[in-house]
Amino acid sequence: MRYNERELLSLARQPAEKAAEILMRVPKKGSVLKKRLVKLVVNFLFYFRTDEAEPIGALLLEHCRITKEEENVFSISFIEEPERKYCFECDSEEQCLEWIEALKRASYEFMRRSLIFYRNEIQKMTGKDPLEQYGISEEARFQLGTHKQ
Amino acid sequence: MKLNERSLAFYATCDSPADNAGFLYKRGERHTAYHRRWFVLKGNMLFYFEERESREPVGVIVLEGCTVELCDSAEEFTFAIRFGGAKSRTYVLAAESQAAMESWVKSLSRASFDYMRLVVRELERQLEEMRWGSAGGCGGCQGSWKPKPSGLERSSEQLPALPTILHKENGCAVWNNTPGAERPPDTFSCSGYHGEGSPQPPPLPPRRRASGSEVGSTGVAAAESTSTFCRLHERYGREVARLRQDWLERQRDPQL
Repeated sequence: MRYNERELLSLARQPAEKAAEILMRVPKKGSVLKKRLVKLVVNFLFYFRTDEAEPIGALLLEHCRITKEEENVFSISFIEEPERKYCFECDSEEQCLEWIEALKRASYEFMRRSLIFYRNEIQKMTGKDPLEQYGISEEARFQLGTHKQ
Repeated sequence: MKLNERSLAFYATCDSPADNAGFLYKRGERHTAYHRRWFVLKGNMLFYFEERESREPVGVIVLEGCTVELCDSAEEFTFAIRFGGAKSRTYVLAAESQAAMESWVKSLSRASFDYMRLVVRELERQLEEMRWGSAGGCGGCQGSWKPKPSGLERSSEQLPALPTILHKENGCAVWNNTPGAERPPDTFSCSGYHGEGSPQPPPLPPRRRASGSEVGSTGVAAAESTSTFCRLHERYGREVARLRQDWLERQRDPQL
């Protein structure tokens, strides 16, 4: 699949929501835990070799599952392949839980659901659609129902 | 750089809501021929397929940080997705109708994650205020927006991309989703706001650091001012209205 790599690399250089050196293992046979610089920017998780400026890879965090594994460890898997897990071992349980929280909220789909929820709540309380004053109440992305292709 | 392509393909084709979908003509990179492709916009990812029924996208354009512009070109209904950076490619697309073009330009210019985050935080804040029974606010304010200084000061260095409207240049209007783009000015005023009798929160001091208590926040970096959000939407609306007007006028009088 073609993609605009240049822009993605540029995104990897942006200020991160969260960044840390964490031990990471990719779901490949024989793969071991390796120290990586892991950086969360919008809905992408970039991972770098600790001494390199360009990321080895990027994970788009949509339709993924973040699971707490054993102590200090969490994993990311994608719903179409739940057994393929990217594993991360943190320095502490606290760091582990922080990352889980951050990653769960890092998807566009999560934000869309939050927005719809807040919109509904506000509408219930005030009788008014809070998006109307911004002229975006008809935007497909903010609607409750699914917008089939 | 590796990308989780299988997951991307799944995201593109699964039945999660698409923010826009339809046929567009995409101009090739080296040759100026246009190819008709089926486009699907989900979140900040613009996927394109060879055919509507194709099982996998041919490619994807990550939209974070892009600018969407109308084009004054011989080809009808064209618009461009542009990125900053010297060697960045510009994607020129053409819709099949005026309505389709407008719809795409609108949805693409609001496709960034940062924009969505802005909207979510604004609603979150409104809900917070309502739940805590905030009696303040701007009841007497005119205009299409309600400025509510959130009371949380933010560090200017950590303000993420705020889509801003740039000036119209060469017949193109520009919507800017670029991180680090020019920031809106600090001050704003609302006619009637300061005229109110009820106690007002003091005007925001110029961008001090957040005190640390931020609703639902996990990180440090992302923060934005709700006043700019209001202004932003006002400007979006005006810009789109003006462009429509221009186009309609040009349609009526081709000599313009």
